[in-house]
Amino acid sequence: MIGYILLAILALALISYVIGRYRAVASVGGRQYELHSRPSYHGTFVAAWVGIPAVLLVLVWITLQGPVIDRLLLWSLPLGTTDGMDQGQIGLLLSEIKSVAAGNIFGEPSLVVEDAAERYLRWQTIARSAMVVAVLCVALLGFVLTNARISPTFRARHGTERVLTGLMIACSLIAILTTLGIVLSLLIEALRFFERVSPLEFFFGLNWEPQIPIREGQVTAGGSFGAIPVFAGTLLISFIAMLVAVPIGLYSAIYLTEYAHPRLRATIKPIMELLAGIPTVVYGFFAVLTVAPAVRSFGETVGIPIAPNSAFAAGAVMGIMIIPFISSFSDDAIAAVPQSMRDGSYAMGATKGETITKVLLPAALPGIMGGILLAVSRAIGETMIVVMAAGIIATLTANPFEPVTTVTVQIVTLLIGDQEFDNPKTLAAFALGLVLFVVTLILNVIALHIVRKYREKYE
Amino acid sequence: MSDVSTIDRRAALDWASPQAKKRIRRRYAADRRLQAYGIIAIGLAVGLLGILVTSLVATGAPAFLQTKVNLEIYVDPSKVDPKDPAKGNFRAIVRDALFAQVPAPETDKQKTEVTKILTSDAAYIVRDYVLAHPETIGQRITIPIAVSDPFDQLYKGVIPREVEALNWTQERTFDRLQNRGVVVTHDGKAYLKLDAYIDPAKVESGDFTGIAHESLRAYLPDVSGTEMFGMLADDAPDAIKGRVETDPGVVGKTIQVELPVSEPYQTLAKGETPMVLNQRFSPEQIEAFDALVAKGLVSSPFNWELFLNADSRFPERAGLAGAITGSFYALLVCFLLSFPIGISAAVYLEEFAPKNRLTDLIEVNINNLAAVPSVVFGLLGLAVFLGFFGLPRSAPLVGGMVLSLMTLPTIIIATRAALKAVPPSIREAALGIGASKHQVILHHVLPLAMPGILTGTIIGMAQALGETAPLLLIGMNAFIPSVESMGVLEPATALPTQIFSWADSPERGFVSRTSAAILVLLGFLVMMNMAAVALRHMFERKW
Repeated sequence: MIGYILLAILALALISYVIGRYRAVASVGGRQYELHSRPSYHGTFVAAWVGIPAVLLVLVWITLQGPVIDRLLLWSLPLGTTDGMDQGQIGLLLSEIKSVAAGNIFGEPSLVVEDAAERYLRWQTIARSAMVVAVLCVALLGFVLTNARISPTFRARHGTERVLTGLMIACSLIAILTTLGIVLSLLIEALRFFERVSPLEFFFGLNWEPQIPIREGQVTAGGSFGAIPVFAGTLLISFIAMLVAVPIGLYSAIYLTEYAHPRLRATIKPIMELLAGIPTVVYGFFAVLTVAPAVRSFGETVGIPIAPNSAFAAGAVMGIMIIPFISSFSDDAIAAVPQSMRDGSYAMGATKGETITKVLLPAALPGIMGGILLAVSRAIGETMIVVMAAGIIATLTANPFEPVTTVTVQIVTLLIGDQEFDNPKTLAAFALGLVLFVVTLILNVIALHIVRKYREKYE
Repeated sequence: MSDVSTIDRRAALDWASPQAKKRIRRRYAADRRLQAYGIIAIGLAVGLLGILVTSLVATGAPAFLQTKVNLEIYVDPSKVDPKDPAKGNFRAIVRDALFAQVPAPETDKQKTEVTKILTSDAAYIVRDYVLAHPETIGQRITIPIAVSDPFDQLYKGVIPREVEALNWTQERTFDRLQNRGVVVTHDGKAYLKLDAYIDPAKVESGDFTGIAHESLRAYLPDVSGTEMFGMLADDAPDAIKGRVETDPGVVGKTIQVELPVSEPYQTLAKGETPMVLNQRFSPEQIEAFDALVAKGLVSSPFNWELFLNADSRFPERAGLAGAITGSFYALLVCFLLSFPIGISAAVYLEEFAPKNRLTDLIEVNINNLAAVPSVVFGLLGLAVFLGFFGLPRSAPLVGGMVLSLMTLPTIIIATRAALKAVPPSIREAALGIGASKHQVILHHVLPLAMPGILTGTIIGMAQALGETAPLLLIGMNAFIPSVESMGVLEPATALPTQIFSWADSPERGFVSRTSAAILVLLGFLVMMNMAAVALRHMFERKW
């Protein structure tokens, strides 16, 4: 339905473009050089004022239509129907009305519900026709107002360019809107979570058992939300990942920038970058398919019991994924050290190795640290590898051969297949998301700051 | 400010002295060590990539073939009504066709076992064929029907027909008894020669099995019962019982008995490795399958169904068509949104934006968005698109919208780089002949920057194709058994989420399918990246 309306608006805009263009040409009797702006600008100007307000109206309308009709429905119910109902029960009532309206009747709906369903259907039809009429009116208004202005002296190009600039500004603002959306949605849901669970328990509690009874009488663990084990697990896995990635990434960057033949560098670098292009779900499956069994059987031969979903296997695979980050950041940082510093070191008689460890690395250290911080934030936020290869149960342990869980694993397991927004279990995912967002944001800001400051120093 | 005259004048270094030479050797050794670390690091990185690719190819390759039986089927008009073929008893037709080819199974249980050679969807395959070709009713047709997962793997040699009957501990334990001379052989049969205490209480209760076990335990006190009692044949207690019955005087005494050894250990005593049929197959199934193979009816052609079928609960019928369609829709939405928006934003920021707080804020935002964890975008989609705007769950539209938010920074950054690369001379020339700033950019700069923009867009799309976590959160991992009902607003799945679901499936056949799906995904990614590289090469310009 919405699709057809948008198509119709597009068609109207095209028609008005043709009309506007034709009118502009006609206004000077075909002598186009007498026009201030070229005819296509006149056409575009009219089309923009026909199309854009109409599209905006449609977007606003479909955003507001649902909530408004819901509110009207609740008002229209007989007095006292919703007395003593909480938010969740009212939501259930509304969805029952809607499913009856859609023709999916389960059991015997009450008379009130049937009446309301009928009203709902009627109002939906009214709203839809009203939207069509309103959109047509807006489009027509735009057409009439702009079409009247077409004349040889009308500065259509300026008008069109102003509209264009406005559109471009709107597009740039989407970046801010996205951030705003992330922050607001996480904050609102997290605040709702903290209404039910105290922040003290969340940030300092040692017990994470989010499986609370959804239905009455369901037997589950108590439902406790102490996130320390989850944070500790995240840190453990990220630490293992960095333990794998930092030496490999750093040493390969040193070799590639300082020792390798240019031809070797040209072949190895793209291969390393391939590692960064592989989707994380592939790494997750690799961890389950190859790495975890290998780690486990290795543990058996040396006599250490290793869980199949050990922190070590997940962390090691995550480390492989992060190698290219570390290596490309270190590569950039080492390459950015001015040649004069290298030459100075060589002139003192230092070997290549001494130049690297005593001159280049200290000079490149801020850049490398920035890269490592970015990689840490990447590791903390990485989801699929840990969802597939790490544990779900939160245990507080520093043993890398036991399963631990991470923030991202909890977010995904708490939200998969669950649509209820009102219980602490799903809201907890948003609280965890907020922590994740804030931590990675801080890491990124620091890292970008270090990298930029250091780059300026040498430029 | 140092005074030259106060500099300590050291004695000239003797570069030829052994200490100096040693020092130099040590310094160069350190240099070589650093180089070696570098080579090891690169070797590890490349080697790990190699292991990843090899293990995926090794497990995924079998899934590109599918074992099938070319079954000759008589479409019996008494079972399929020509007027209403959809209601026909195709299950029976398939059963009859199968039993015509194999040694007839006797019991109902055996019949059920034998039909399990074919996929559980066999009846639907035949039904769909007959519905498409109604003229075949009453005729004999030959159509290939996929075999079920265990037989697919058996035919491809992924799983063995027979497995070793005894585990390592059991074999070692028996070896120990042999070394101690407990195992004796008469007439080609092996016995255990044990000292048994004939416990009166156990004789009373008739527990001769207990007596046999006790006597064995005395020889192997450190081995758990499950690993050793299987050595005794079923008739071993009877041997003791026989002794007691012939000579009641032995009760309460310790006597020497020879207890027969069970079947696998008999083979082991002969120095051979005992094998048993893989538990996943019954003897009747193997016999029937061998008959089909012997008749040349079984083959494993290329598995087109992997690309043509949608998802299925049965690995032998599961395909990627639904996932590919879902990913296509989501990427289409993502492209339609992020391409125009990304270019507009980049053009504004690069060409028009005044340097002020707002534009600084936008730039910081874009840089940070590029580093926000993908799962957070999933939370955003869940809370805003599904929760606030009430868009349908699991729909490619929502998936595409979330992906476009993640792709935007990539496209904006690539576009700005491409715009910067267009030389000022072009702009100046255009301005010089009277173009407005908008005209300069729209008519001259953007077209010249387009190859760079497209390259960045393709790379962004490739990233979006591999994203999994945000799609999981908005539920784009639905089970889609048919492609026909798919749309931008209908529930869907995508390639990476399909991989996730298959990786989670318990059936063994899905391991191979998952690897195959990953290979398909990587294939798409390679194609997209190659397109980007080709584009860059084709339109690369030296100004």
